[in-house]
Amino acid sequence: MPMSAQALFTDTQPPAIRVERTADGFITIKLTGHWTLRGVAHHADRLMRELREYTPDPEVHWNLNTISALDSVGAFVLWRATEGRRPRHLVVRPEHVPLFRRWTDRRVPLEPEQRTARLDIVTSTAQIGRLAVEHVSGFLSLLGQFVLDCVWLLRHPMSTPWRDISATIYQAGVKALGITALVGFLTGVVVSYLSSLELKSFGAGNFIVVIVGIGILRELGPMLTAVLVAGRSGSAMAAQLGVMRLTEELDALSAMGVSRSLRLVLPKIVAMIMVMPLLVVWSDILAMLGGMFAARATLGIGLGRFLSAFPEAVPLANFWLGVGKGAVFGALVALVACHYGLRIKPNTESLAVETTSAVVSAITLAIIADAVFAIIFRGVGLP
Amino acid sequence: MSDESVIRLENVGTRFGEQVIHHDINLSVNRGEILGLVGKSGSGKTTLLREMIGLQTPNEGHVYLFGERLDKLSSEQLAALHQRCGNLFQGGALFSAFNVFDNIAFPLRESHFVDESLVRQLVCMKLGMVGLDREAALRLPAELSGGMVKRAALARALALEPELLLLDEPTSGLDPLASEDFIKLLSTLHQELGFTLVMVTHDLDVMHDLCHVLAVLADGRLLAYGSAAEVRRSEEPLVREFFHGAHAERVFANAAWAIS
Repeated sequence: MPMSAQALFTDTQPPAIRVERTADGFITIKLTGHWTLRGVAHHADRLMRELREYTPDPEVHWNLNTISALDSVGAFVLWRATEGRRPRHLVVRPEHVPLFRRWTDRRVPLEPEQRTARLDIVTSTAQIGRLAVEHVSGFLSLLGQFVLDCVWLLRHPMSTPWRDISATIYQAGVKALGITALVGFLTGVVVSYLSSLELKSFGAGNFIVVIVGIGILRELGPMLTAVLVAGRSGSAMAAQLGVMRLTEELDALSAMGVSRSLRLVLPKIVAMIMVMPLLVVWSDILAMLGGMFAARATLGIGLGRFLSAFPEAVPLANFWLGVGKGAVFGALVALVACHYGLRIKPNTESLAVETTSAVVSAITLAIIADAVFAIIFRGVGLP
Repeated sequence: MSDESVIRLENVGTRFGEQVIHHDINLSVNRGEILGLVGKSGSGKTTLLREMIGLQTPNEGHVYLFGERLDKLSSEQLAALHQRCGNLFQGGALFSAFNVFDNIAFPLRESHFVDESLVRQLVCMKLGMVGLDREAALRLPAELSGGMVKRAALARALALEPELLLLDEPTSGLDPLASEDFIKLLSTLHQELGFTLVMVTHDLDVMHDLCHVLAVLADGRLLAYGSAAEVRRSEEPLVREFFHGAHAERVFANAAWAIS
């Protein structure tokens, strides 16, 4: 016979209250069944109500000898029903006495009042305001500390944390080559393909070079790379700092007199400033390749013709603008990730919340910065 | 099969890759008994503890928990058995996102068979049992001292009225006073609730004050098994080293003096 999960529990008889009246008018209460967590669970209220009908009468005889099993939950229910008074006529099995002794000797702590957050408009606005100030000041002080660290390193170049910088370059840069290549190539194909369909209907196929060239070098290359790196490395950096807080590694560093901004924050920012422009160039190349293949397929513009038209159609300034944007986005992603990473409190929920915020904020800030770039450089590099 | 044995290990052996953790271990724990697993760091005590409740499966041999062979059970049946065991992990393993109150309420709420007002009362009862007050109940685990973490974790382990309680180094990281309090607490609760207790420990005071039976593990074997007095009579050099060091002599000598 297959054994069910239930059979593994000792058979639970429901707890019951039996009332017996003797001829001379005495009432005897006999308790039977399993007065345990599993037995009492569904009937606690009913049992307590029934028991309370008899507890005020001091002449009632209580017989607990017939209980099949008792645990501290059962004892607790009985104790609550008698409101902490021992009935005058009581028979208990000796092995059950210790279970009751706790409740007669000691007090149960009262239920803690749950702090419920008041959510009126004034407090919640004030809270949002306070949070905003906290974030801005935290971000600015992190940036300021970075600048101070850079100045300090200029005077003490031997203390530059090269190993940490190179580790971050490898993690955030080299390991991101594959995904940026794939996404860049496919984006190039899509942009070029959709534009060329439209251009073909106007008979303006040659403009594909301008659209793909400027679109990718100036906007799509840096933006795509920033989004990918923010998702990949931004989250990793924030989570790393958070776990270091959980395991008290941050405190261990401080206790050894090692500056956490110099060893943890600065290498990340420097490495990202160095590696992001390179990643932008890499994804530019792949996206251009994708664009050229799509142009040849839909418009019949060969690779040679595309490349020879390229220098004239796309001013070089666009390339440098894209690369420069890459460096700025890299710095932003690293700064935001470190800012949120250092805000993580030693619990799992905070780790999740702040890591999410780090990625979302990094992408948002990169897009805002991109808009600012678009306004500042509106007269540069456009034909 | 004896009804009295809560845990029985038969020829249990474990390997991590090439490394043999232990080999041919036989022991059984009777209902209501307190067993201490003793040994140096890395002798596989925690591994053995995990194997006892099926968190890990041994490479050789069989483990019986409440008379059921663990490797024959479905995951549902194993979960039902786990509800009869309470675990106190070494670091407490309290859920860091919940406060103490919700941590203790978690197993009760998770097993669906109690209504919320009873849950709240039961949690208060457990808090009272381990000596935590209502102020501590609202704190997050990160805001507790080491001793309070152990107490809160013990309350959570006791939430489902377990028949078997497994403790991994219950007094590690506690100061001597807190450690003594915790031993007293365990001993009182054991008398009251009558559960079976299996613990991994390095603490000679715990072994002496609390454990009925000691199992000494070293070199992947069970070197000695029995009461503290029997274990101390063992001729094995590794056992002698452990139980006849200066500190051990002091602990056990004081005890002999106290008894006489």
